[in-house]
Amino acid sequence: MIQALTLILLCQLAGEAVARALGLPVPGPVLGMGAMLVLLAGSDRVAAAVVPVGQGILRHLSLLFVPAGVGVVGHLDRLGAEALWLLVAIVVSTVLAIGAGALAFKLVAGLTGAGQEAGPRDG
Amino acid sequence: MADFAEIWSYLARGPLVWLTLTLVAYVVADALSQVAGRAPLANPVLIAVILLALTLWGTGTPYAVYFEGAQFVHFLLGPATVALAVPLYQEGARLKRAILPVLAGLAVGSVVAVVSALWIARALGVAPETLAALAPKSTTAPVAIGIAQSLGGSPTLAAVLVLLTGIIGAIVATPLLNALGVRDWRARGLATGVAAHGIGTARALQVHPQAGAFAGIGMGLNAILTALLAPAVLRVFL
Repeated sequence: MIQALTLILLCQLAGEAVARALGLPVPGPVLGMGAMLVLLAGSDRVAAAVVPVGQGILRHLSLLFVPAGVGVVGHLDRLGAEALWLLVAIVVSTVLAIGAGALAFKLVAGLTGAGQEAGPRDG
Repeated sequence: MADFAEIWSYLARGPLVWLTLTLVAYVVADALSQVAGRAPLANPVLIAVILLALTLWGTGTPYAVYFEGAQFVHFLLGPATVALAVPLYQEGARLKRAILPVLAGLAVGSVVAVVSALWIARALGVAPETLAALAPKSTTAPVAIGIAQSLGGSPTLAAVLVLLTGIIGAIVATPLLNALGVRDWRARGLATGVAAHGIGTARALQVHPQAGAFAGIGMGLNAILTALLAPAVLRVFL
């Protein structure tokens, strides 16, 4: 477990360093995710160590957004007089984006023969 | 023996009580969400945030004091993002086969998220500097803050809009995709990750591992795409 956590932090650190050094618009941890993917694909020993620890962290990914979420409550007044309009824009655009993205995926999957895979109610 | 108020004022100044309460609030919220059969509205992030906000308000605790304790949880967001490589690795073969649909879902979801939000907000009379903070709302918080700043928007407002987007996305995704008849876990996950970043990904992971893997890739790819796209789209709307 300590080896896995060390590898995860090393990937994040490498990602942060590269993002900063090259002035990339991508956050360090996202680059770190790419580095970890390379390590996992490259070594079965790494995969055996990292997979269970990674799954453990991700099982409660929701928890990690709680502190920032509490911070948001204190800044809701920042939305000011435009609060309602911003909320309308966010709700409508999120609905449209999820719907359009999923339908685009489905359409292209059908066209390219990447096919339909099991979903809810398919068992 | 010291009275309760004295013990509280001693404990409330340190990180232990706020770290503990963050975990307690989450455990309670997660249990409620489970009792509710993982109903979308019973979102564990939303419930835990409300419980803690009420606690801070009731005890008159400033957020900075709370964050002293909560920062240990907050810090794990970075390592968790790295850990998203795990479901990607496990779904690697499936992902390779679906690369074209993934890119299509990413492009459409990303463009619709930015364009529709800016179009609606501008039509409703929202100020230009607020639009700059709104444009990157579908990306993960550190990216959104960076994009908003480079566009002249407020980073705090950008963070608020990002979190609201994530919670709304996590709540609407399941009923919306059911209504649209999209039953493919890959499509469901990807679209949710693209539109609602990490909070949407957390929801997808809760529902199905394959949806979670595709949500993670959607979130990661959209961070890159929105960084390239948002400045150009915003220019059209200003």
